[in-house]
Amino acid sequence: MVERRPLLNLATHLLLGFGLLCLLLPIWLAFIAATQDVAGANAVPMRWLPGPHLLDNLAAAWTRADLGARFTTSMIVALGVMAGKVGLAMLAAFAIVFFDWRAKAVVFWLVFVTLMLPLEVRIVPTYVVAANALRPFQAILDITGLTGLVETLSGVRVALEWRMLNSYTGLILPLVATATGTFLYRQFFMTIPEELVEAARMDGAGPLRFLRDVLLPLSRTNMAALATIMFVYAWNQYLWPLLVTTEPQRSTVMVELSRLVPRGDGLPEWNIVMAAALTVMLPPLAVVVLMQRWFVRGLVATEK
Amino acid sequence: MSNTRRALFRSAWLPWALVLPQLLIIFVFFYWPTGEALYWAFTLEQPWGGGNAWVGWQNFAAVFSSEGYWHSVRISILYAASTTALAIGAALLLAMFVDREVKGSRGYRLAMIWPYAIAAPAIGIIFRFVFDPRSGVFAFLNQAAPGLWDPTLNGDHAMTMLVLAGAWQLVSYNFVFLLAGLQSIPRGLVEAAAMDGAGPLRRMRDLQAPLLAPTLFFLVIINMTDSFTHSFALVDVMTGGGPARSTDLMVYKIYSDGFKGLDYSGAAAQSIVLMLLVVGMTFLQFRFVERKLHYK
Repeated sequence: MVERRPLLNLATHLLLGFGLLCLLLPIWLAFIAATQDVAGANAVPMRWLPGPHLLDNLAAAWTRADLGARFTTSMIVALGVMAGKVGLAMLAAFAIVFFDWRAKAVVFWLVFVTLMLPLEVRIVPTYVVAANALRPFQAILDITGLTGLVETLSGVRVALEWRMLNSYTGLILPLVATATGTFLYRQFFMTIPEELVEAARMDGAGPLRFLRDVLLPLSRTNMAALATIMFVYAWNQYLWPLLVTTEPQRSTVMVELSRLVPRGDGLPEWNIVMAAALTVMLPPLAVVVLMQRWFVRGLVATEK
Repeated sequence: MSNTRRALFRSAWLPWALVLPQLLIIFVFFYWPTGEALYWAFTLEQPWGGGNAWVGWQNFAAVFSSEGYWHSVRISILYAASTTALAIGAALLLAMFVDREVKGSRGYRLAMIWPYAIAAPAIGIIFRFVFDPRSGVFAFLNQAAPGLWDPTLNGDHAMTMLVLAGAWQLVSYNFVFLLAGLQSIPRGLVEAAAMDGAGPLRRMRDLQAPLLAPTLFFLVIINMTDSFTHSFALVDVMTGGGPARSTDLMVYKIYSDGFKGLDYSGAAAQSIVLMLLVVGMTFLQFRFVERKLHYK
């Protein structure tokens, strides 16, 4: 604070308090509904204070949406995406920054371009690829005429197929296919003084040794930052799991949550739906609150 | 790419081995689908089998001549612009006042950040309940006179509800960036302005806001792209594109034409248009943020 302004300070508190209220109000109303019975949640005018049914509703939501199994799926997907991004991105950025090779610039741009197009805009073809992940390779073989060649030579028709629908790989891999993490690591690696590389080489450390013993420890905060962002990102995915999991018993918590609300005109059991909504948003919320420092750092760093 | 680094490792195969996993994944799940979208956009599947036939710009012509598509474009722009304006305006106000560092501003800071963690489907369902015409906060209006507030029947109401939910989601993201921007303004500058007699509000308007211009511009682009692409979950759980297509945003229309209407070529043509839009905005961001808006 630069100067004393008691009146303005009061105004500041009022304004921030109002902002906070706007952010909290929907969650509060959801919480109230989750503590009522059906009649209470649908009461007009709305109730503003908690009722006694919170545990019943949580239990009902848990069994109705099979949340135990859904939580496991979501957790595996979120951790898989997180590990995939943190690991692959680090290796790629390491190669791009610390190696002297011809294709460096091309590879960097190939990776960098993926930042521009989110999964949502290429959703239909990505789904078709997920139905058979080897489709690109099959198509290349067909176009180059290799399929025909192999067939005439050996009599075997090449038909590559790897169905990823309803599988963890199908849920995880397409979400890993962007450059967010690579770019973050690249920016960080560029700030590492080259004396460090020289010193490591002088001491006889090869590139992998340098990666393991120098870069890895130095990157810890960046890894934590990226990991928090990616966990939240993956847990909260909706469109992709909705498409890839055609069997209900394979879906994630978010897809299952949306299924609790009946399509059409039926009045949803809001008390149970709200209890489910509050439950499924807890893990990323816990991550953001507990890892606030890394989270903010990651948020700012992944976009610059 | 800078070529100033001298101390680099050399190896013929190791860098390739290191980038290979990433390149493989982006080839299969990024470049191939993008290419396939292009292919579909210019071809049409034959109704009685026999693969796709080249049709040139026909798919685009069909998309652009459909009134439904232009309606979707208009409401997408309306949605993106209102969400962005609301989310950035609110975040700017909050960030500037948190930056005044009154007592408890650390607490306020944490309190403004958490909404980022809330998933779009969850907050979408919560907003749908809060604005429900039969059991939400405005349900009492309908008891007085039916139809005063009904997002399930009135398109404008549905859009308002969608914009509010979208903005609610983006506020904390913007807040983080704006606060970081404000805190990177040298303290000396703010103090010098205070010495010259500029009060806190004057400083916000004439010093801090202009210095934030690059951050603001960056956020406008990010918020717009985000509203164009990530609005799917909100639309799907809150309105399903209705009532009467009044919230049928572009990204939702691609999904419903592609997966429900099974019109891959039409959906692909729409995807290409949306891609160009997003790439165009990203490009704009790089050009402007790098060149024009630096005050250093």
